[in-house]
Amino acid sequence: MPSRVTIDGNEAAAWVAYRASEVIAIYPITPASPMGELSDTWSAAGVRNTWGAVPQVIEMQSEGGAAGAVHGALQAGALATTFTSSQGLLLMLPNMFKIAGELTPAVIHVAARALATHALSIFGDHSDVMAARSTGFALLCSASPQEAQDMAVIAHAATLEARVPFLHFFDGFRTSHELNTVDRLDEDDLRALLDEPLVIAHRHRSLSPDHPVLRGTAQNPDVFFQAREAANPFYDALPGIVQRRMDALAERTGRRYRLFDYTGAPDAERVIVLMGSGGTAAAETVAALVAGGEKVGVLTVRLYRPFAADAFVAALPATTQRVAVLDRCKEPGSLGEPLFQDVLTALAEREGTMPLVTGGRYGLASKEFTPAMVKSVFDHLAEPEPRRRFTVGILDDVSHLSLVVDRSFTTEPDDVVRAVFYGLGSDGTVGANKNSIAIIGKHAGGHAQAYFVYDSKKSGSVTVSHLRFGPRPIGSSYLIDRADFVACHQFGLLEKIDVLDVAADGATFLLNAPFDADEVWEHLPANVREQIVAKGLRFFVVDATEVAQQAGMGRRVNTVLQTCFFALSGVLPLDEAIVAIKGAIQHTYGKRGQAVVDRNVAAVDSALDGLQEVTVPADGAALVPVAAPVNAGADTLSRAIAAMLAGRGDTLPVSALPVDGTFPVGTARYEKRSIADEIPIWDPSICIDCAKCAIVCPHAAIRMKVFPAEDLDGAPEGFPTKDWRDKHLPGMKMTIQVAPDDCTGCGICVDTCPAHAKEAVGHRSINLEPKLDHLEVERERFDFFLSIPEIARTLVDPATVKGSQMLEPLFEFSGACEGCGETPYLKVLTQLFGDRMMVANATGCSSIYGGNLPTTPWTANRDGHGPAWSNSLFEDNAEFGLGMRLALDAQEFQARALVAELAPDLATALSATDPHSEAGVAEQRLLVAQLLERIANDDRPEAHRLAALAGALVRKSVWIVGGDGWAYDIGFGGLDHVLAAGRNVNVLVLDTEVYSNTGGQASKSTPRGAVAKFAAGGKQSGKKDLGLLATSYGNVYVAHIALGADNPQTVKALAEADAWNGPSLVIAYSHCIAHGSEMQKGMRQQKLAVDKGYWPLWRYDPRRAGPGEHPFQLDSRRAKLPLTEFTANEARFSMLRRSRPEEAERLGALAQHDVDERRLVYEQLAEIEHEPDDPPTKENDDEA
Amino acid sequence: MKPDLRSTYLGLELKSPLVASASPLTGNLDSLRALEEAGAAAVVLPSLFEEQIEHDETLVDVVLERGAHSYGEALSYFPEMDDYNTGPNAYVEHVALAKKALSIPVIASINGVTPGGWVRYAELLQQAGADAIELNVYAVETDPYASAASVEDRTLRLVSRVHGALTVPLAVKVGPYYSAFANTASRLSDAGAAGLVLFNRFLQPDIDLETMTVKPELHLSSNEEMQLPLRWIAILRGRVPASLAATSGIQSSEDVVKLLLAGADAVMLASALLRHGPSLLTELTAGLTAWMAEHDYESVEQLKGSMSQETCGNPRAFERSQYVRAIVDYQTGRTMK
Repeated sequence: MPSRVTIDGNEAAAWVAYRASEVIAIYPITPASPMGELSDTWSAAGVRNTWGAVPQVIEMQSEGGAAGAVHGALQAGALATTFTSSQGLLLMLPNMFKIAGELTPAVIHVAARALATHALSIFGDHSDVMAARSTGFALLCSASPQEAQDMAVIAHAATLEARVPFLHFFDGFRTSHELNTVDRLDEDDLRALLDEPLVIAHRHRSLSPDHPVLRGTAQNPDVFFQAREAANPFYDALPGIVQRRMDALAERTGRRYRLFDYTGAPDAERVIVLMGSGGTAAAETVAALVAGGEKVGVLTVRLYRPFAADAFVAALPATTQRVAVLDRCKEPGSLGEPLFQDVLTALAEREGTMPLVTGGRYGLASKEFTPAMVKSVFDHLAEPEPRRRFTVGILDDVSHLSLVVDRSFTTEPDDVVRAVFYGLGSDGTVGANKNSIAIIGKHAGGHAQAYFVYDSKKSGSVTVSHLRFGPRPIGSSYLIDRADFVACHQFGLLEKIDVLDVAADGATFLLNAPFDADEVWEHLPANVREQIVAKGLRFFVVDATEVAQQAGMGRRVNTVLQTCFFALSGVLPLDEAIVAIKGAIQHTYGKRGQAVVDRNVAAVDSALDGLQEVTVPADGAALVPVAAPVNAGADTLSRAIAAMLAGRGDTLPVSALPVDGTFPVGTARYEKRSIADEIPIWDPSICIDCAKCAIVCPHAAIRMKVFPAEDLDGAPEGFPTKDWRDKHLPGMKMTIQVAPDDCTGCGICVDTCPAHAKEAVGHRSINLEPKLDHLEVERERFDFFLSIPEIARTLVDPATVKGSQMLEPLFEFSGACEGCGETPYLKVLTQLFGDRMMVANATGCSSIYGGNLPTTPWTANRDGHGPAWSNSLFEDNAEFGLGMRLALDAQEFQARALVAELAPDLATALSATDPHSEAGVAEQRLLVAQLLERIANDDRPEAHRLAALAGALVRKSVWIVGGDGWAYDIGFGGLDHVLAAGRNVNVLVLDTEVYSNTGGQASKSTPRGAVAKFAAGGKQSGKKDLGLLATSYGNVYVAHIALGADNPQTVKALAEADAWNGPSLVIAYSHCIAHGSEMQKGMRQQKLAVDKGYWPLWRYDPRRAGPGEHPFQLDSRRAKLPLTEFTANEARFSMLRRSRPEEAERLGALAQHDVDERRLVYEQLAEIEHEPDDPPTKENDDEA
Repeated sequence: MKPDLRSTYLGLELKSPLVASASPLTGNLDSLRALEEAGAAAVVLPSLFEEQIEHDETLVDVVLERGAHSYGEALSYFPEMDDYNTGPNAYVEHVALAKKALSIPVIASINGVTPGGWVRYAELLQQAGADAIELNVYAVETDPYASAASVEDRTLRLVSRVHGALTVPLAVKVGPYYSAFANTASRLSDAGAAGLVLFNRFLQPDIDLETMTVKPELHLSSNEEMQLPLRWIAILRGRVPASLAATSGIQSSEDVVKLLLAGADAVMLASALLRHGPSLLTELTAGLTAWMAEHDYESVEQLKGSMSQETCGNPRAFERSQYVRAIVDYQTGRTMK
C-alpha cells in the first residue's frame, strides 16, 4: 500500500529530484522556489538520497550560475539537478545547449511560467519551456501533482539511459501550487526505477585526472556539422526509453502513462491536442461529451521533445477528422504556436488523409481553462468552417480570434464536494484549508484538491481557497465556479467582493459576522441578500472573531471556521473530523509549542457553540443601496483599471487594454483599501514640527504641509493646524494629516514620534486610535488637505528632513507590507527629485508594489511631472538605468546644439542656470517653456527636432532601484560595470539582506548567523561589503544609510548622490517582514542596528578627495554594547539560537567579529587621504 | 568535637543548612558541580516560567505566520526548522542532568500562570528526578475588584492541586506582601506546603530618565534585606508545621547563624554567591562551624529556633516593640553611629 500524502506539485517533483541527485544548485524564482527550499531544508536536516548520500545543495547568484554549477557537477560525474521558471530558464539556456550537446544525463524541473513581455507575470504558461525547445533537452510534461512526482522519476530514470538531459515541467501555480492527494513513491520504488549501473556508467564518462579526456572543444567548419549530427541516434532512441520507463513505473504502481495519452471515444472525429494541466479539464469534458454521445477525444502530450511522430499518429484515433491543437504560449508572427506546428508536421507526413488541423491559444499566465472552454473548442470544430487560428478564454474584439464560450456548461460531478473560502492572508484561512484537505486526503478512500488564489498586495491581502473533496482522484484543473459551500471569513469582504457569485443553488453559506442570527440580515449588502434568497442558500453565522479572541488566537479565525465547515459540510462524521482537526493542529503547530496547540484546540472546542442558522426573513430580498463602484476616470484605460479593481479583470476585452503595456500613473489613490483597524491621529498641541512621522511613513499616508493661513479658507470645522516655527518661513501654518483609507495602521509613525505630553508621557503627538471613530472626519480633512496648495519647491531646502517632508510625495499608498522598510526611501526620493526623475526598477518587492496591476503608487504632481518608472528584468537593472542615462545625455547634447542654433539667447540663459538648486531647475523649466513657445510655429525641421528633445534640457535624475538580491547577486556584474562606467547614475539598493519578494532566501547580503531559506542552518559566510567594493573605483559616491537611525544623514546622502555628477551608490538598510521583528518598531530596530555597530553609517564622497581631505566619512559611532542587543530582537537570528544553540553561539561570535573588524577597517579608512588620479566630473557628460 | 551541621528541610536530609537558591549559577552544570563541591547542601534550579514558555511559543508562531499564506510569491518567510526547542523540554532536561551530576538534593522551581500549567510542569519536573518542587507564587494583582482573600484562596487552591499531583515534597516561595502573613503561612502549610521559602524578591520597575521609559530591574539583594525573613521565621517557628527556609540578603556566616537561631531549617543564597562565587559556601560553612564550636552548640538541630519568637524570651521584640525602642534610641542618639 503506497503512502498517500497531500502535497503540491513542487513538493512532489522535489521529493524525487532530491532523492535522485547528488548536487543541487538553486536560485529563487516564483513559482519554482519551493523546490529549492525543500531541497535545502532536507539537506540541512541530513536527509539522504536513494544511494545513501546527503545531496550538496548550493544557492547560486543567478539561474545562469546554477546552470553552470550543474554543468560542472555533471562533467565531474555527479548526478545534478536544478529547479527554475520563466526568466530563470532563459538564463540557463546557454548551459542547456552545452549539457545536451555533451549528451549528459541531467534533469531540470521547471514550474512553467509566462515570460515577461509587455508585462511580467508570475503565473503559469508554456512560453518559458517553449523557449528551451531548441536546446536539445528532452521536454517531458506532467499535468497534476501526482504526475509531477511520476514524470520526475521517469525523467531521472530515462536520462541515465538515454544520456539526453531532460526538462521536466508542469504548470506554474496550477500544478506547482495545487495541493492534491498523491500516492507517494517510496525509497524501494526509487531504487528499483533508477538503475544504479547507469549511474556508474555516467561516472565512467566523467572528467577525472585519473583518466583525462578533453571536452568542450572549439570545432572548425570541417567537423562541427558532422559532430552535431552524431548525436541523432540518441534522440531516436529516447521515446522508446521513456515509454519503457513509464511501463516500469506502471508495473510497480499501476499508474500507466504513454508518450501521448488519448482519452475519449475510440471512433472520435474531433480531437483536441494539448499538454499540461489543461489536459485534465479537457479529459473531464470529453468524458461528459462522450457520455452524451459525441465523438470527441483529447490527446495529452507528455513527451514533447523529441516529438515522437509515430507514437503521436498511433495514439490518434484513425477516425479523426478535425484536430484543434492548443498551445499555452504565444509566438507572435509565427504561422502557429509550436505544438500546433509539430502536430501539423506529424500529420502531414503520415500516410492517409489529412484531417483539418486548427491551432488555438489558451491559458496564458494562468488564465482559467475550464470545461466550458474545452466544449467551445469542440463545438467550434464542428462548425462547417472552423477558424484555423483562434484563442479561447478571453474576448478578443480586436483581432476577433476568440471563441464564444457558454459559461453555463459544467462537468463537475455530484459526488464531489466543492467549497470556496474567502479570507485574509492574516486570518489563517489558507493554512486551515491546507490542514482540512490533508485530513480528508488521509481519510480512507478520500481524495482532495486545493488551489489558492492569492493577492498581489502584501498588506491586507485577500485569499480565495478552492477546495474539492471526492471519492476519486480529482483532476479538475480550474477554479470552482459552482460551490456547494461558500465561507466568508471576514464580514468586511462582503462589501468588496461578490462572494456569493460562486454559490450554487441550495449551497451552504457560512459567514463570520459580529452579529447574531436574528440581526445579521439587516447588515448584509443588497447583493448578498438577493443571492441568498434567489439561490435558496442555507445561511449560517458564527462570530468567529469573538471565539478566536476568547481562545487567545487574536485575529486568526481559521480554526473556528474550519470546525464549522466540517460541521456543516458533512464531508466527514463530525466526531471524527474534530479528532482529525486536533491531530492536524498538533502536527502543524506542535513543534512551535503546547501553548499554540492549546489555543487552537480551545478554538475548536468552542467553535460550534456560536454557530447559528439564519432564518431568511419573508421580505428578505428587500434592497439596501449598493455602494458606488470605484471611479478612476472616464477613459477606456481608467475604466479597465476600475474593472480590475472590482475583480472583473477577466471580463475585459482585448480592446480595453494597452497594446504595449503602458499604463497611467497615480492610480493607487483610487483603491481606498481601508485595511487599518487603527489609524494615527495628530495632536498639534505637543507637536514639535520635526516631520519624522511623515518621513518614516511607508505608505505616504501621513503627510505634512506648510502653508499660509489664508489657505485654510473653507477648511472643515476643527481642521487641526499649528504655527510653523521656522525663521525662513515666518507666519506659516502647518498640519499633519492621515490618509485614513490608505493608511495600513502599521504604527511606525507613532513609534517614531519623539513628542510626548508632559502630563502623560505615553501620549504622543501622534497616536493610534480606532479608525471607525475617526473615519468620516479624517476623510473630510484629508480631502481638504489635498486641496491646500503645495509649497513652492524653491522655498524649501529639500536636503533636510523638514524640507523634504514639506514637499509632495510622488510615491503613495503602495501595497507593500504594513510597515515596510523599503518604501520610505522611495517616497523621500520622490519628494527630493520626483518631478525630474527616471526610475529603473529591478524585479523584486519594489517592482511588485511599484508596478503590479491594477494600480501603481508612482504618481505625478499637479503640473503632470513625476517619476517615469519602468522595470526591465531582475538581472539587468543597472544596465537598464545606464541606458536611460545615455539616452538623456544623447538627447541633451543634441538639444543644446539645436538651442544654440535656434535660440542662442536661451542657450546662454540655460547654461547660466545652476542645475543643482531647486531654483536652477525651476529656471530651466521656465526657459524650456519659453523655448517651446518660441519654436511652436517654426516649421524648420530643426525646430521640430528640438521640440521633441527640449525636455532633456531640464536636469534629470536617473535612479536605479532594486533590492540586495539584484545588487549583491544576480545583477552585481552589471552594477559593477555601470559604476565603473562613470556616468551620472544613482543607484539605490533597498537592502533587506534577503530575497524578500520570493519569501526570504539568503543573498550575499544576508549576515552571518542569520537563518534564511537556502540557509536553513544559518548563513555561514559573512555579508559582502558592497559599498566598500564600490569605493575602490574612487569616483563613485557611496553612502550607507539607515533612515530609522539618522533621518538627516539619509536625506543628505540622497541629495549628495543626486548632486554628484558621476555614479552614486546608496545602500539603504531596510527592515523587512523576513527579519522576524516587530514591524511597528522597524525604525527603532534600524537605530539599534546602527548603535550596535551592525550597520555603520558612512559616506564616501569623491568631491572630498582633494589633497588633505578625507573622502571616507564615518557617520555613526563605535558600538558600546554587543551585537546581540540588536540580533536578539530578530527571529532570523533567534531561530537558530532556538533550533541549534551551539551553532548559533559559534556563528554569533563570528558575526560579532565581522562587525568589530569592519569598524576597525572603516576607522582606518576614515583617516586615509585619498586622491584618485581621475576624478571624473563634467568631462564625461561633455563627451556625450 | 566538630558540630553536626545536618538539617532537615522539606523532609530532605541536608548535610548543612546552606542551600544555593535559584540564580544563573544553578542554571549551569559546571557551576552546579562547583556549588556542590564548595559545600552546598542542596540546590534550587532557576524557575521554569510558564509565561516565558508561552511567550516563546507564541512568538515562534507569530513569526512563522506573519505575512505567510498571503502573497503568491512568498507563502512563508522562514525555513521550517527541525525543532524550535520551545516548551519545558530544555528545563526538564536541565533538571535531569543536574540530578545526574549531583549527589545533593535538587529542587526544581516553577513560576506558573495557568492552573493546568502549574500541575503539568510540576509533574514533569518530578518525573525528571527533582527531589522537591518549589512553587514561585507571586503575581502583581492590579485589579481593584480582586480582594486579598480571593487572591489568597486562589493561591491555596493551586498549592493544594499541585500537592495532590506530587509525591515529592512541595515548597512554596512567597512574597512578604500579605496583611496577615502568619495566617497565610499557616493555611499554605495546611494546603500541602512542606516548606515555606521567605521571601521572594521581584523585578521592580524603574524609570529611565533619559528615554522616559519604564524598565523592570532586579538588583542583587543587600544585607539589610535579611531582617524581614529573620522576623517572620522567628514568628512562624513552632507555629506552622512547614519547614522554613530563609532567603534574601544573606552574606556572612553571622547572618546564617542569626537565621538558624530565628528558626530557619535552610538558609538560601543567591546574590552573595553571584558576587563572591561558589567558594563563599566553604567560608560560610567554616564560619558556621567556628561560631557553633565557640558557642558550644553541638548541632544545627540544637541551634535552630533557639531564638524564635517563642523561645527568645522576649516575644514582643519581634513585634512592635522594636519600633518603640528605635524611637527611644533615636531620641537619645544612640543609634546615630
